[in-house]
Amino acid sequence: MNCRAEVLEVSVEGRQVEEAMLAVLHTVLLHRSTGKFHYKKEGTYSIGTVGTQDVDCDFIDFAYVRVSSEELDRALRKAVGEFKDALRSSGSDGMGQISLEFYQKKKSRWPFSDECIPWELWTIKVNVVNLANEQERQICREKVGEKLCEKIINIVEVMNRHEYLPKMPTQSEVDNVFDTSLKDVQPYLYKISYQITDSLGTSVTTTMRRLIKDTLAL
Amino acid sequence: MLPYAMDTDLSSQDRKDLDKFIKFFALKTVQVIVQARLGEKICTRSSSSPTGSDWFNLAIKDIPEVTHEAKKALAGQLPAVGRSMCVEISLKTSEGDSMELEIWCLEMNEKCDKEIKVSYTVYNRLSLLLKSLLAITRVTPAYRLSRKQGHEYVILYRIYFGEVQLSGLGEGFQTVRVGTVGTPVGTITLSCAYRINLAFMSTRQFERTPPIMGIIIDHFVDRPYPSSSPMHPCNYRAGEDNGAVYPSVEDSQEVCTTSFSTSPPSQLSSSRLSYQPAALGVGSADMGYPVLFAGGLNAAHPHQLLGPGKEGGVPPVPSQPAHGTQADQERMCTPLDGVHYSAATPSSSEDTETVSNSSEGKSGSPHDLLETIFIRKVGAFVNKPINQVNPPDSPETESPLQGSLHSEGSSGSSTGNTHDDFVMIDFKPAFSKDDILPMDLGTFYREFQNPPQLSSLSIDIGAQSMAEDLDSLPEKLAVHEKNVKEFDAFVETLQ
Repeated sequence: MNCRAEVLEVSVEGRQVEEAMLAVLHTVLLHRSTGKFHYKKEGTYSIGTVGTQDVDCDFIDFAYVRVSSEELDRALRKAVGEFKDALRSSGSDGMGQISLEFYQKKKSRWPFSDECIPWELWTIKVNVVNLANEQERQICREKVGEKLCEKIINIVEVMNRHEYLPKMPTQSEVDNVFDTSLKDVQPYLYKISYQITDSLGTSVTTTMRRLIKDTLAL
Repeated sequence: MLPYAMDTDLSSQDRKDLDKFIKFFALKTVQVIVQARLGEKICTRSSSSPTGSDWFNLAIKDIPEVTHEAKKALAGQLPAVGRSMCVEISLKTSEGDSMELEIWCLEMNEKCDKEIKVSYTVYNRLSLLLKSLLAITRVTPAYRLSRKQGHEYVILYRIYFGEVQLSGLGEGFQTVRVGTVGTPVGTITLSCAYRINLAFMSTRQFERTPPIMGIIIDHFVDRPYPSSSPMHPCNYRAGEDNGAVYPSVEDSQEVCTTSFSTSPPSQLSSSRLSYQPAALGVGSADMGYPVLFAGGLNAAHPHQLLGPGKEGGVPPVPSQPAHGTQADQERMCTPLDGVHYSAATPSSSEDTETVSNSSEGKSGSPHDLLETIFIRKVGAFVNKPINQVNPPDSPETESPLQGSLHSEGSSGSSTGNTHDDFVMIDFKPAFSKDDILPMDLGTFYREFQNPPQLSSLSIDIGAQSMAEDLDSLPEKLAVHEKNVKEFDAFVETLQ
């Protein structure tokens, strides 16, 4: 099975990085989250309810919808915050990328650890621009807002192709497909990583951050 | 049974399920679109346990009058080939001028997917499509306009069923496809056609444009039966008693209890839907929002402009949806726990108002009224390239409203605005001429908006002065050493 990969590119001002990344990541996760599964007898299960809420951006003329889950929002903000700090402290031209990968776990026999098989990868390439005055900032607010609208439409188009999705798991397999650690919603297993690019275009730092406990140590 | 384009091998239970899914999907679609144009931020809570009242596992509240209007438009039918459900969003100024902003279309085409599982795959994909709709409703231009509606203008909605009418969007409108879901009886498509020549009529222009006075505006969309599908404001206020209290519609509160199976398809019998009509508790008394129609139809209330959160005594459903959700759950009174997750009992708990039953009673004149005289094939959108966004040269095809707004906007615009149809004039703020200063306010503003960088901050000059300072240090030190006694005397006077 091949991993489906989508790449989005945005150029933003430094203070817009966080909101732009959150808008894209939340939109993807809105489509890749379900309600909590409740398994019953006879192999049936029922699904909880996913709530949604509007988020207004402060530095971009843009609003988006995210899943109503404070845990999920905190997890994304943490990852995006680290990415933003890394971009700022890299001293480079302000280029980097943040990736959201959905994967399935495949149990392996001892002594091998579980295998993580990605099935969808979203990469957002970010180019941070510096602006000289308030007029340029105002124009940037609007332009980035329009660009993000295009990105949302792109994401929705990919989502509605109805391509591969992991098969709905049995109760024993649910943790191999979904992140069941959140109390109110259930996203597919995902991980977020980022890379900062220096001016030569090579990757300077790679930080893998696992937001869920997924790999068993030997 | 409803006539479909293709005869299928669907079981009767699958057909009933599919009809139900499509019907409630249509109703939820309307709710999402209208609520996104209310002008307020929407917030609903996630619930780890299924409530039974949340179709497609999404917390989307039902505004009763919106459901009522949607059902009235559908008249017991479902979207089918040649019969689309459309939600028209338009803008109406306080002077009574109106303009269509977007048309959301829920259509069905003939392309069938006979292999797809109704109760599982179709349901989940419809859920995904609703999520996409939530996202897309925030990115079209009308969203930002709706967030700023108030005293200058309001956003209205109209639901109709039949042929899609796109002529009111003007030329050069754009379309965005929200998504498609294949079913055994056809493919459901959800899309939006939106006006893009709104780009130069931004919300800022609406805010600073003075009221249009003394201009005869005769711009109304040519609807063949205007009285049959009136416009409704997307925001509303209760407390106005005009008799239009809407009963809570039974099947909008209908319980949706869905259990899925992880077993192979042969064991699908354990995954049927079971429907338990909700016990109507409090009923409509607390949710009876009278509808205030557009200004032309209700002259006593020309400004239905206040959002629910701003009006005293209004049950603030959209602004406090969390409470509303709880209220809905309390109203539902669904005896769900421990009952519905086992194998379904469709015959014992099925609701009486099925689509087929309602269509028998409601076919005829309401349906005829809602069909239009436009001969347009479904899907044949007039999609012009984006470079035709500029207003057309022929004034007959553009509304007088647009023309007047253009001219109002250009008179106050700065020289940075280089739209083709605007006349370039100098920026002359009022009372700006001053005999003392050689320049006017506009020139001053332009000159000093981009000031050059301070010379002392430039590296070269800084470096030079630093070098000079360093060179002159020994001389300065020598001078100071000579005057040591004077400095000491000065210090002593300070003590």
